[in-house]
Amino acid sequence: MAALTKEETEALIQEVLEVYPEQARKDRAKHLAVNDQSLEKSNKCITSNRKSQPGVMTIRGCAYAGSKGVVWGPVKDMIHISHGPVGCGQYSRAGRRNYYVGTTGVNTFGTMNFTSDFTEKDIVFGGDKKLAKIMTEIEELFPLNKGISIQSECPIGLIGDDIEAVAKKANKEIGKPVVPVRCEGFRGVSQSLGHHIANDAIRDWVLENRDGDDSFATTPYDVAVIGDYNIGGDAWASRTLLEEMGLRVVAQWSGDGTIAEMEKTPKVKLNLIHCYRSMNYIARHMEEKYKIPWIEYNFFGPTKIAESLRKIAALFDETIQAGAEKVIAKYQAEYDAVIAKYKPRLQGKRVMLYVGGLRPRHVIGAYEDLGMEVVGTGYEFAHNDDYDRTIKEMGNATLIYDDVTGYEFEEFVKKVKPDLIGSGIKEKYIFQKMGIPFRQMHSWDYSGPYHGYDGFAIFARDMDMTLNNPCWKQVKAPWKTAESSDVAVAASA
Amino acid sequence: MPSVMLKKNAEGKLVFYVPKKDLEEVAESVEFDSPDKWGGEVLLSDGSKYYFEPLDEQPDFPVTLRAKRLD
Repeated sequence: MAALTKEETEALIQEVLEVYPEQARKDRAKHLAVNDQSLEKSNKCITSNRKSQPGVMTIRGCAYAGSKGVVWGPVKDMIHISHGPVGCGQYSRAGRRNYYVGTTGVNTFGTMNFTSDFTEKDIVFGGDKKLAKIMTEIEELFPLNKGISIQSECPIGLIGDDIEAVAKKANKEIGKPVVPVRCEGFRGVSQSLGHHIANDAIRDWVLENRDGDDSFATTPYDVAVIGDYNIGGDAWASRTLLEEMGLRVVAQWSGDGTIAEMEKTPKVKLNLIHCYRSMNYIARHMEEKYKIPWIEYNFFGPTKIAESLRKIAALFDETIQAGAEKVIAKYQAEYDAVIAKYKPRLQGKRVMLYVGGLRPRHVIGAYEDLGMEVVGTGYEFAHNDDYDRTIKEMGNATLIYDDVTGYEFEEFVKKVKPDLIGSGIKEKYIFQKMGIPFRQMHSWDYSGPYHGYDGFAIFARDMDMTLNNPCWKQVKAPWKTAESSDVAVAASA
Repeated sequence: MPSVMLKKNAEGKLVFYVPKKDLEEVAESVEFDSPDKWGGEVLLSDGSKYYFEPLDEQPDFPVTLRAKRLD
């Protein structure tokens, strides 16, 4: 199918909105837009970070997911207590594939689930005593932990437990950082507020721990990688590039990261932000308090990598700038071979994305390097500043959808007919049953890394093996077979 | 009275950021912008105006200050 014109895309949005009741239609219309690169500001065309409509299928998470799952969870040498009922921690345990080095259960705890397992009794009488006891037990059972964070689940805020007081007391007793995080799931409209709360907790309880301590020897080339969660090894693939160009990566936030690295971050010369949405708060804070500049970068696909490496190098001296050129030249043969192999197989294919914090705009470059075109993109929980950055990356007249509902996404796909969809696990099986190639872009579909030059080769291979898999032609949606339409008629009678 | 984080961008222009509103705009003009006086009315590129209590010296950017919205 040829690319849609602006009018056709607008008509498509109107058509999809038609089934909603008037109030919902008016609200949802603000979240769907046709991209127009001439716009400087996204608030002229799209509304974001608003409460989802009751009754629609949203794909968002909660504040606890944003704090425990995203920001704090990957800090490997701390123990993160999911404070509240057991389910929140257990069902999200190890699902995000933040890789780390260490012996789980001895000095690292990334894939384990620690919970206070609230029962009725704790709701009635409060859970502070239980929490204090848990921390003593943790200290006994896992003496090599480097700190504890308390990730609140909904009931903690509802019953008004004073976890800060418990944390302060425990901190004195065990002599390690104990961080209470007020990330109850009901706060805010999506996981985005959880990121913010987690950032604020880092600011208040971690960052100033080493203020006035100059024992850490710094160099002029110290940087921190912020907002890379090492999904499938992403942060490692990024880190090697930065180190090869001559920088010293002092801290990784928070994939394969440690509390000590976080405490050392105020000593660096530059903060490199990959996931702007989840970590810009702490970068802005460090800029104000420690005068550390920060820049955003993008390590998806060779074009964007080269652009980012040069942008980072420009802030340092000539040795680093030469280093960046050396890195780009070193990998050129490698990525040219990847493009030569996969571009002919993927050329002209159209992709629709619907992901989280940074990928709806960051991966566009990687697809374009493979000759593919992104025809629709959207975020679960972005704010206006994310859309400001997206408008420039997307082609004119392409679709942009904020907090898309299950229904809208399906209808858009039916009409736009993309060759590939990149989204999460909740969308995966619907589209696969419709016979459309699908990649999970949250967890890289159990593959990865996709960052860096090494990641690009894996990215290209994965896209090819999904898109050109012969199975898709064999699939017909079960609800489209003759039998099921009979059943549907019977059911509607 | 929003808290506004102010910083200078690469071109030396003032960037105005209100975290709660995701408002990130470049300031077009600042009423008092001399070494011994800073503040007053600030006009943003989207047309909105904010007022800062004038300070006796240039603040050390980036900095967070309270502003009043003028309409």
